[in-house]
Amino acid sequence: MKLILAIIKPFKLEEVKEALAEVGIEGMTVTEVKGFGRQKGHTEIYRGSEYTVDFLPKVKIEIAVSDDMAGKAVLAIVKAAKTGKIGDGKVFVVPLGDVIRIRTDERGESAV
Amino acid sequence: MTKMKFTHGIRPANPSTLMKSPFNLIGHRLVFAGALLLAAVSAWAQAPAAAPAAATPPAAAPVAPPTQEERLTALEAYVTNGDPVKGPLVGNAGPGHNAWMMTSSALVLFMTLPGLALFYGGLVRKKNVLSVLAQCLGIAGLVTILWWAFGYSLVFGKSFNSPYLGGSEYFFLKGVTSAPNTDYAYWVSQNVFSMYQMMFAIITPALIVGAIAERMKFTAIMAFVALWMFVIYFPLAHMVWGSSGLMNGVWNGDAAIKAIDFAGGTVVHMSSGWTALLLCIILGPRLGFGKDKMAPHSMVLCMVGTGMLWVGWYGFNAGSAVAADGVAANAFMTTTLAAAVAAFVWGLIEKVLRGHASILGFCSGAVAGLVVITPAAGFVDSTGAVIIGVVAAVIPYIFVTKVKAAFGYDDALDTFGVHAVGGTLGALVTGFLATDAVNGNLSLIADATKANPATKNGLAALVAHGGLWVEQAKAIGITLVLSLVGTIVLAYLVKATIGLRPTPEVESQGLDINDHGEEGYID
Repeated sequence: MKLILAIIKPFKLEEVKEALAEVGIEGMTVTEVKGFGRQKGHTEIYRGSEYTVDFLPKVKIEIAVSDDMAGKAVLAIVKAAKTGKIGDGKVFVVPLGDVIRIRTDERGESAV
Repeated sequence: MTKMKFTHGIRPANPSTLMKSPFNLIGHRLVFAGALLLAAVSAWAQAPAAAPAAATPPAAAPVAPPTQEERLTALEAYVTNGDPVKGPLVGNAGPGHNAWMMTSSALVLFMTLPGLALFYGGLVRKKNVLSVLAQCLGIAGLVTILWWAFGYSLVFGKSFNSPYLGGSEYFFLKGVTSAPNTDYAYWVSQNVFSMYQMMFAIITPALIVGAIAERMKFTAIMAFVALWMFVIYFPLAHMVWGSSGLMNGVWNGDAAIKAIDFAGGTVVHMSSGWTALLLCIILGPRLGFGKDKMAPHSMVLCMVGTGMLWVGWYGFNAGSAVAADGVAANAFMTTTLAAAVAAFVWGLIEKVLRGHASILGFCSGAVAGLVVITPAAGFVDSTGAVIIGVVAAVIPYIFVTKVKAAFGYDDALDTFGVHAVGGTLGALVTGFLATDAVNGNLSLIADATKANPATKNGLAALVAHGGLWVEQAKAIGITLVLSLVGTIVLAYLVKATIGLRPTPEVESQGLDINDHGEEGYID
């Protein structure tokens, strides 16, 4: 099992969600986050005062998938979130120790 | 503020030029519309039958009723905002002029509450938005009490017979009734006039709040403002607008300095702006200034406040004619032109130099244009107003972006850069652009018996032949010295007694929760 963490541009969320649904992903957790990478922030000028805004708004998607789904899911995210410009975000894939469905007490692959 | 007695050079109607009438009308309640009655004058000769009024006065009348001629003269004086002389309307306010001045009073209050409060409130950080609103509200109440008790009298009284301070006759607004005070306005109730002037006294110290925002104790601000009104505002307002004022060129035939200030370039904007600069230096910069992000928390509120300031400014400038007359009409036009031009030019400068025309840029330009036109509004024509709009954008822009950065003082919301610089600039350019073509009070009158104060003291000659700017520079100098010296003394006095700044902990946590026990926004 894998946990996929994707940090994407907020306006790409809808496309990524649809792309994931197409490859059969049935659930996800979405959070509005702030951060920066190579894109860095931007500057705002108010009269004579200039402020650097380091943290830009992004969206973080978390999905737990079985090992055989992981590749397809990552491809779907990357394809849908890509604009080709700096700041498109990143996808992290990490191994997942266990998954428990609270309602049924199921564990492992069947709970994903 | 010029107290217009004659507008567009129109003198009060000369009785000898009016039609003689054999008829006397009964009645002492002249509530006809002026225009209607004047129209009737021309019809009079053709239709004498239309005036069948009894020629005999009522038996009970203790004094002879006014003649037809006296009544017409009085109504003409009302329409032209002239002197009712000793006619039947003496002691009465003119409804049209009074209505405009009550409207203007409300408009000027609207500039502070909520205009300025929102303009400044939007520019501070979230944690201090209420402190700015509280300071504006607190000042409105405090200054009202001071004005009622002493202020109006010290500015517009004359019992001290002094060029520097008014008098004591109107303390506690004693004797300030609905009858006009003809030293200042023939047709406006003195109680309305006193409230109108009070709105200026409220907004002036409220402007200072912008420079010292986010880091001065509420009690310290109230104490400073209370002292500041007595030491700086009341004397200065008398010097510029009092009938015996030192620098009241338009109205005081004996003025030592023949300067003009239509709606408060020196009294309001210079005094508050230069005070703001010194106070913000004495106070020191906000914690984290230059390191932390101190961006405005709501440009939306700021824009809403700017719009209210602009609308309210019509009362401020056009109302400063203290009549609904031709000078007010001209001030209405020049105010609009200067504000719009300055807003657009400021945005244009930003677009060219930085790539973005910002909301704060448009707002700053509009306010700067309004500030610079303030002393000039009733004295310059449309061309002058457009010139003023351009310089009002360029010079304050340089001050708030370059000069402030170069010197490093923390004029948080640019009270100095906009109001002090704009007020000073306005006072000076008025010296070059003023023309008697739009304001008869500046006219040179050859007939010595009919000479206006401006002719007597030499102002009219300066307007006609040049050189007014020297008098304006003198007025600027006096305003500067009074504001700067007064502020140093008062700021250190308050600092030594109750202290100026909150603790660093309070300041970083925010003034709202600490000074006022409330938060502007609950998540």
